[in-house]
Amino acid sequence: MTPAIQVEDLTVAYGEKPVLWDVDLDVGKGVLMAIVGPNGAGKTTLIRAILGLVKPAAGQALVHGRPYGEQRNLVAYVPQRGSVDWDFPTSVLDVVLMGRYGRIGWVRRPGKADRAVAREALEQVGMSDLAGRQISQLSGGQQQRVFLARALVQHAEVYFMDEPFQGVDATTEKAIIELLRALREQGKTVVAVHHDLQTVPEYFDEVTLLNVRRIASGAVGEVFTEENLRRTYGGRAAFFGRNGA
Amino acid sequence: MPELGPGLLGLALFSDYTLRTVALGSAALGITSGALGTFAVLRRQSLLGDAISHAALPGVALAFLLTGSKAPLVLVVGAALAGFAGTLVVLGVTRTTRIKYDSALGIVLSVFFGFGLVLLTFIQRRPDATQAGLDRFLFGQAAALLRRDLITQAVLGAVALALMLLVWKELKLLSFDPDFGQSLGFPMRVLDVLLTSLLVIAIVIGLQTVGVVLMAAMVIAPAAAARQWTDRLGLVALLAGAFGATAGVLGAVVSAEAERLPTGPTIVLCASAIVLVSLLLAPRRGLLWREARGRRDRRRLRLAAVLEDLWTLEQQHVDGAHAHSAAVLAVMSGGAERSLAELEQRGLVRRVGEDWALTDRGRAEAAARETR
Repeated sequence: MTPAIQVEDLTVAYGEKPVLWDVDLDVGKGVLMAIVGPNGAGKTTLIRAILGLVKPAAGQALVHGRPYGEQRNLVAYVPQRGSVDWDFPTSVLDVVLMGRYGRIGWVRRPGKADRAVAREALEQVGMSDLAGRQISQLSGGQQQRVFLARALVQHAEVYFMDEPFQGVDATTEKAIIELLRALREQGKTVVAVHHDLQTVPEYFDEVTLLNVRRIASGAVGEVFTEENLRRTYGGRAAFFGRNGA
Repeated sequence: MPELGPGLLGLALFSDYTLRTVALGSAALGITSGALGTFAVLRRQSLLGDAISHAALPGVALAFLLTGSKAPLVLVVGAALAGFAGTLVVLGVTRTTRIKYDSALGIVLSVFFGFGLVLLTFIQRRPDATQAGLDRFLFGQAAALLRRDLITQAVLGAVALALMLLVWKELKLLSFDPDFGQSLGFPMRVLDVLLTSLLVIAIVIGLQTVGVVLMAAMVIAPAAAARQWTDRLGLVALLAGAFGATAGVLGAVVSAEAERLPTGPTIVLCASAIVLVSLLLAPRRGLLWREARGRRDRRRLRLAAVLEDLWTLEQQHVDGAHAHSAAVLAVMSGGAERSLAELEQRGLVRRVGEDWALTDRGRAEAAARETR
């Protein structure tokens, strides 16, 4: 069976400094995978490179066996919540509808069917009451759920999430977990950048330990070991020392 | 024309050919720059408008030098090419050097503008008189607008607005979350160039009326004012267009009537007045509204404090409905007299001689507050 995601020899550099170095990664279908590693380890860059948002210096990434550019409809993306201006003049429903834009295509506007799909997604994340709310009035957790709903309406097979649990309340954390499990149930694949090491075994099936290079990748029970964590997080000082950064 | 009332002004607008041309032209430029400025302001690119308009000046001068024509379309095309070249230089400088975006804008603005001034001076020193009038591109002169200028402005403005409406959804994506848009497969760089081009059009059609020095204000001010009044992107753009048109028409008509009053500064003053009113009065975002809400919240807190104090005092007495003087309450929370009067009006406290006690409703309310 073709894996959901195949990354081969992926290398990304900003100027002289490599951010990702020769990373290989296979993620099977229906897997919840966490990507963990220290700040500056290239976690966000890995996702952005797979999505074609940054140009790799070498290597390639395939989604369901083909380059991302040919598989956009199979992929949904949840960027970091802090990457947009939440004072932008628009409503919750409007932001969720943006997830439909790829399917709607150029020039045409979202229709009734799109609106229905968006409302359904809002219900899934427990935000039905807030569809008409201006987005500047949302809490951090609500913002995150709006972004998740926007990804849900993409009706994708593979979901890339950048720190979905960052700074959210307990209710939202629980809602996200339920959502991830529901997605797995439907055979979807989720790759999420994650910061809270303690919850990795509880929330995820597989984990990739990343620090510019791939330290380890596989089932949580096998690779989420103290030894590997030390190599991931302890190796950081040596790496920065060499580059003087 | 200070001696004319608004009614007569309106009459003059429709009867006077020059005034009508001036008003219509200014309305066209105001709508276009206001609506498109919405995206520039939301994307925090307000200063890009300033760079484009200043960069357009050498384009006007070169277009005249090369063709010898002062036809509006020729000058506008020259201005647009130069303005666009300016933005390309900004992008090129930020991509290839370590110079930051704002510095690059500053460099382009001053270098292009300086070059434009040199060319203007050169043109004006030439012996023949056909060149007269190009200097009105500095501060704008609405009174000199002709019918052909108006047509050029209106057609270009309509084209720019139509394109904006056509890719409205994509522009919203570009302004809110370009990375997500790119991940959906929309080429964000192309959309960025398109939006910038539309902004260039909006700016160059205003140059003759407002002038290169102050045209950026027509991009920024109407959108900034409109943002105060509504939380919906479409309404922001619509209002910004209306504000831009209002400022344009008012300023242009006043300056066309008054002798030697430059149009650009007059229009910009009108736009500034709209911004000022919006900053002060707009519901929810306006300063006065926020001040009023702060006062209301503070008063509500004071009332609650007095009510709770009375309740606490009462708890310390065996006989239940015990009354206390305002002086005692004032020690506990300031300004008690006024708060007591208001609580009495709401039937939550009552007078007992000189003193104050809770009513049954007041007691229930205070008890409910405490358990909350």
